[in-house]
Amino acid sequence: MRSIIKYFGEIFGGFFSLLTGMKVTARYFFTPWKNVTQEYPENRATLKMPDRFRGEVVMPHDENNEHRCTGCGLCELACPNGSIEIITKSVISEDGKKKRAIDQHIYHLGMCTLCNLCIRACPSSAIKMDQTFEHAVWNRAELTKVLNKPGSKLMEGVKE
Amino acid sequence: MEEYKEILLTSDEIKTDDYLVNMGPQHPSTHGVLRLLVKLEGEKVLNVQPHIGYIHSGIEKMTESLSYIQIPHLTDRMDYLAAHMNNEAVSLCVEKGLQVEVPERAKYIRTIFDELQRLASHQLWWCAFGMDMGALTTFFYGLRDREDILDIFEETCGARLTLNYSVPGGVMFDIHPNFQRDVKAFIKKFRQKLPEYERLLTGNVIFQERTKGVGILSKEDAIAYGVTGPSARASGFSCDIRKKQPYSAYPYVKFKEILGTDGDTFTRYHLRILEMYESMNIIEQLIDNIPEGDYAVKMKGVTKLPEGEYYQRVETGRGEFGVYIISDGKKNPYRMKFRSPGFSNLFAINNIAKGWKIADLVAIMGTFDLVIPDIDR
Amino acid sequence: MAFNIYDFTPLTKSIHDSLSASLNPTATLAVEWLIVGVAYLLFVALFGLFLVYAERKVCAAFQQRLGPMRVGPWGLLQTIADFIKLLMKELITPKRADKFLYNLAPFIVIIATFMAISVIPFAPGLASFDFDIGVFFVTAVSSVSVIGVLLAGWSSNNKYSLIGAMRSGAQIVSYELSVGLALITMIIFAGTMQISGIIEGQRDLWFIFRGHVPAVIAFLVFVIAGTAETNRGPFDLAEAESELTAGFHTEYSGIKFAFFFLAEYINLFIVAAMATIVFLGGWMPLHFGQFEAFNGVMDLIPGLIWFFLKVFAVIFLMMWFKWTFPRLRVDHILNLEWKYLLPINLMNIILMTLVVLLGLHF
Ligand code: SF4
Ligand code: SF4
Repeated sequence: MRSIIKYFGEIFGGFFSLLTGMKVTARYFFTPWKNVTQEYPENRATLKMPDRFRGEVVMPHDENNEHRCTGCGLCELACPNGSIEIITKSVISEDGKKKRAIDQHIYHLGMCTLCNLCIRACPSSAIKMDQTFEHAVWNRAELTKVLNKPGSKLMEGVKE
Repeated sequence: MEEYKEILLTSDEIKTDDYLVNMGPQHPSTHGVLRLLVKLEGEKVLNVQPHIGYIHSGIEKMTESLSYIQIPHLTDRMDYLAAHMNNEAVSLCVEKGLQVEVPERAKYIRTIFDELQRLASHQLWWCAFGMDMGALTTFFYGLRDREDILDIFEETCGARLTLNYSVPGGVMFDIHPNFQRDVKAFIKKFRQKLPEYERLLTGNVIFQERTKGVGILSKEDAIAYGVTGPSARASGFSCDIRKKQPYSAYPYVKFKEILGTDGDTFTRYHLRILEMYESMNIIEQLIDNIPEGDYAVKMKGVTKLPEGEYYQRVETGRGEFGVYIISDGKKNPYRMKFRSPGFSNLFAINNIAKGWKIADLVAIMGTFDLVIPDIDR
Repeated sequence: MAFNIYDFTPLTKSIHDSLSASLNPTATLAVEWLIVGVAYLLFVALFGLFLVYAERKVCAAFQQRLGPMRVGPWGLLQTIADFIKLLMKELITPKRADKFLYNLAPFIVIIATFMAISVIPFAPGLASFDFDIGVFFVTAVSSVSVIGVLLAGWSSNNKYSLIGAMRSGAQIVSYELSVGLALITMIIFAGTMQISGIIEGQRDLWFIFRGHVPAVIAFLVFVIAGTAETNRGPFDLAEAESELTAGFHTEYSGIKFAFFFLAEYINLFIVAAMATIVFLGGWMPLHFGQFEAFNGVMDLIPGLIWFFLKVFAVIFLMMWFKWTFPRLRVDHILNLEWKYLLPINLMNIILMTLVVLLGLHF
């Protein structure tokens, strides 16, 4: 007798455990407004990345086409995988002294692991992380960028 | 068939009615490029032979040419579900060598991140485990809740998976102003969602039939194979580094080290669910008490570890993760070795899967929570 | 042409009459066969595609997702796009596969489903066969598909396929029994195996209500065993994706894979349709004995719609299982059948016999 009770107990117990699970899924089925899907390309306009999001390294320029990079090369040293190459030139400043200045700040986005170490290393806060994330291009060469814009100058008052 | 005869390292002869099946390197249940050479008799598993190295990335060797500041970001890529713990282990080890005292604030932040990372890792494990068992819906529920944690990470560190947040000397940024609010909101929400996980799987009769008493790992075996983490605690082996050698802010919090007794698949499963509750407790104790102050100490330009050997272990979602540095006083380590939990855990599988069915092998593998880059490094 | 949404007999009759008027009897028969054949082909293809779409949307809703949204409005054309993709795929035959059997297997599976679908009445007057052992015919024919599955697994020369096929063989053979016994329970109640007779018997009230306890038990058993027979989750061991990659159809690609895929969904339809016919009154509207007014309102809804509503209700139930439960293990599946479903079924038959003998039903 006991075994029969156990047998039916098992059946009903099992059955109810299944129903509990079905209740959970049914609740979500009937509350479709709680869906979590983001329809990505459609929601581009409203999609906002957090302000610390690490998308790519950029060098901000102000309205006079001036940046803060002195060409010290510390970011190149800090980078663990050689994504940054600094090419410097020497310029003659107004008082006739020879000075080192940035010629090209070359950044290989394709190699960058977005680790943020270059930004920490930069003594003059010349580079920062941008929030863009759509980096797909047809040609790999487009991923190699020159961060300082052509004709840009060092901002006044940035010391090395 | 002939070609496998040589590969098979087991001494016992292949009988004509057994056969070998390659599970992986591309197989849905190995969660990555792991290859298991399984010897079967019908559905019964006779022998499991893991073949690793398909995703070996040489991280240990690469570290020898990097500076101590640069190394943590590579460890993100090993156990990508415990990126923060890996970062922290390296940072702690370097700090030990330099004898730097990290600010209290950084300690608290690190510990909160540890536990968030553990939660995220266990959530992903839960949903993938459900999928291994054939319950596909769990996968989406787990990922849905993990998303909240990743959003918190993204807000504070700017990355979701490869955080590179813990650096020698402290943490990379201060916490985001919304951090405390978001974490509290998440905990509140997840306290309601977690019982749902239990209703969906734990109590389910099909699930219990499939996991209870299956694949028992004895405590002795767990110790012998060097199994750590939840998988070993399910067998009653107390091995929680957070208790044994507390680091960061763990000395300040009260929490239980959850231990199981049976060591079967169900215990390993349920222990992780209970750990999630415990993680939430830890976060709740810390989140309101983050002390004011610096989030990192200023490090000198070039970090050079004094000559010597340093070892630091931390508890990741999968077990004990160790970092071993030999320094010859230069700015790069002379040799660096990572003790990864997945590697030891993987090799216990053969012992316990013998005699069970293929479906059980999948379930057992699921409860060991393998992350393949963690095994291959 | 007399088109009547409530009863299709005039329509079929007028087609028959107009054909016989211009052709001799043999040619008439041939043309009619052609029409019916094309109609079934179209139905299976379109309904199969629709079911795939429905399943994807339903499972998405269970999982808090949206499902396919890109191709067509609300992703309605997604499965058609998928189907075109499958048609264009290369057909690969593995090395050292048994070519003849390998190519034959998908056809066996799809033919079995076509045969089973042929006796199902969709609405009054809309069925191609109606013979006195209709229910028996469906169970007999639908079990032929297991041969196709076994052949597919064997001939692919793949170990996963073989394991999957063996599992599926063991499973289908045992669950046939439960399906059959659950149907027998209801045949005892209906007193006929003819499908039109069974539907006619539910004019006053559906069998699931008339036969109360034993009928409900039989219904549950039928749905469980039916799910198992169609190899759907949680009984999808034959194609257990996390264990056997894709089980018996691992090696199939392109249109041959599409056959298996389509057959699975049409089988789902067949099981749901049988449950509808035997338990829920087929196309019969919901009638409550003598409530004329209520019955009149219900009669306003055409039988075709009633039929598909009920079928979708049963299909939804089966999808709900599939997207909630973990998969059973092979020995548990056999345990469930032989230790639980079979004894329950046998007891249920006795109970039903008593109910019928003592007239304890409504
Ligand atoms: S983010 Fe890291 S990898 Fe990228 S350029 Fe900066 S230092 Fe190099
Ligand atoms: S970006 Fe900063 S660190 Fe790099 S060269 Fe310019 S100033 Fe120096």
